[in-house]
Amino acid sequence: MDSGVTVVTLPRETTALAGAPMSYWRTVAWRLSRDPATLVAGALLLAIVLSAVLAPWIAPHDPNAGSIRLRLAPVGAPSHWLGTDEQGRDMLSRLLWGGRMTLIAGLTPVLVAFLLGTTLGVVAGYAGGLTNTVVMRTMDIFYAFPAVLLAIAISGALGPGLFNTLISLSIVFVPRVVRVAESATVQVKSLEYVAAARASGAGVTQILRHHLLANILGPVLVFASTQVSLSIILAAGLSFLGLGVTPPSAEWGLMLNTLRQSIYVNAIVPALPGVAIFLTSMAFNLLSDGLRDAMELRG
Amino acid sequence: MTPDARRAPLLEVRGLRKHFPLRGGLLQRTYAWVRAVDDVSFDVYPTETLGVVGESGCGKSTLARLILRLVEPDAGSIRFGDEDVRAATRARMKRLRRDMQLVFQDPYASLNPRLTIEDAVAFSLLVHGTPRSEARARARALLGRVGLDPRLYGRRYPHEISGGQRQRVNIARALVLDPKLLVLDEPVSALDKSVQAQVLNLLQELKAERALTYVFISHDLNVIEYVSGRVLVMYLGQVVETGTADALAESPKHPYTQALFASAPTMDPDRRIERPPIAGDPPNPINPPSGCRFRTRCAFAMPRCADAPPRLLAVGAAHDVACYLYEADAAVEAVER
Repeated sequence: MDSGVTVVTLPRETTALAGAPMSYWRTVAWRLSRDPATLVAGALLLAIVLSAVLAPWIAPHDPNAGSIRLRLAPVGAPSHWLGTDEQGRDMLSRLLWGGRMTLIAGLTPVLVAFLLGTTLGVVAGYAGGLTNTVVMRTMDIFYAFPAVLLAIAISGALGPGLFNTLISLSIVFVPRVVRVAESATVQVKSLEYVAAARASGAGVTQILRHHLLANILGPVLVFASTQVSLSIILAAGLSFLGLGVTPPSAEWGLMLNTLRQSIYVNAIVPALPGVAIFLTSMAFNLLSDGLRDAMELRG
Repeated sequence: MTPDARRAPLLEVRGLRKHFPLRGGLLQRTYAWVRAVDDVSFDVYPTETLGVVGESGCGKSTLARLILRLVEPDAGSIRFGDEDVRAATRARMKRLRRDMQLVFQDPYASLNPRLTIEDAVAFSLLVHGTPRSEARARARALLGRVGLDPRLYGRRYPHEISGGQRQRVNIARALVLDPKLLVLDEPVSALDKSVQAQVLNLLQELKAERALTYVFISHDLNVIEYVSGRVLVMYLGQVVETGTADALAESPKHPYTQALFASAPTMDPDRRIERPPIAGDPPNPINPPSGCRFRTRCAFAMPRCADAPPRLLAVGAAHDVACYLYEADAAVEAVER
């Protein structure tokens, strides 16, 4: 091993790696491409997001235009493929439009929590001492309440509306992300490569950027992605309780609420928003599982 | 390689002390202190290798971090060349860090898993403002020197190479800034024997090539004897004996040094010492024994050992020991001088 030339026979896969070592992200992409469950989840999610984004152009009807004559039409009714709701509004259009609301309410809090929580967690973890105690014990206060209760309490205090839902859900998710980011930071900070960077004269910003963030963002991102499905369910739950999106806007949780009395008349149509929530949160969960596996640092 | 009194020491450490607080409870109150390093003084002369040996937990690694000011000492002075390390400003310290570097013990924790090994080596140069392309070229050249073909290994990540190769990367990273002093904290302890020999030989070659000065920390007496000119024996945060490697091997004075040599496995039948090796674990550094810290495990302990810690006294040429047993010898030595 001492000489520059090493003659060794390696298994085929390793030889390929030795010839042209793949960059980290290319390895991740390579692994993802060999994981059908994650690919299907990703494709499903892409379809859901696209249909929500394109709702104004692809929705066949006005989501808020009802018809007394066509109430609770069954799935497959002419020109209403997924039937109509209790006010005769087209279900497909409402599901497409509702997806926008649900996705906004599901993704925004997690994104806010990811940005705010990572910052707080890294500061608390890297500074240590009193800063850490103050930040982490404050987070523990929020942690003391179950997520649903906390979301309902804050939403109840702020009043209904999409913006208030986003605030209350963000407050629910920030402490969780802080905790993950802080523990990752404390762990990485104590490793010798951080000490080595300090020994070579690197400043705090250089260490944070090249050594700390590079190693904690992956795990924190994966954790945040597992929270998206919970956020979607909580957002839908708040709307169901009348604390989230206000009628007549379409939102999956709200649709479940208003359709629930019709379940004895037509069982399939009221279940559709539930199916949409289930599929979306499931797709997020499968995708984050796949990402976690693909991003693992194992040769 | 005996220390030469006419030459100025490269590193001069006096009365170095570090006590770590143990905190607990909601208010993070300090309830005890770990006396990791307690009143340690020594010199390191240019181009020599000073071995530091002692059991786990005796403060060796803390000493390494104190010298490089990765951990701020509580008391004492560190002079590197003409510079007072403890008084250095941030800018001076950054400059000083180019001259003194550290090689870490754990080949797994000491490399950033997200950096390719050439980037890991080049990082130190980038920190000091070297242009990226030049930094990378120098990193690749150095990787080649430590035995890792940059074309084959440069773009690899740490998890794709072995422990011995990682340690070579660590050495390259420490050397890329062209330091004068290299502190090696158990650089081969995590490697298996055959790889240890390769890395030790590489270190010896590099030392000769670049006129480096080493502070070599290890718990392994065989390794210490192999690389060191002079040896510093530490026990519970204090220096108990210093001397040339040969002097210590031939006539270890301090009962702890004797016990260390007795318990080290040796292949040489003439070197076997028929003395009972040391018993028990070292006492807790949170609350070390009064006086001489070794007295609780020492076969020759006397009542006065509990009263005050013995001072380092010269018992031969460049051979100092901190033990009351040798006060008479030290007096004779002092007269002869």
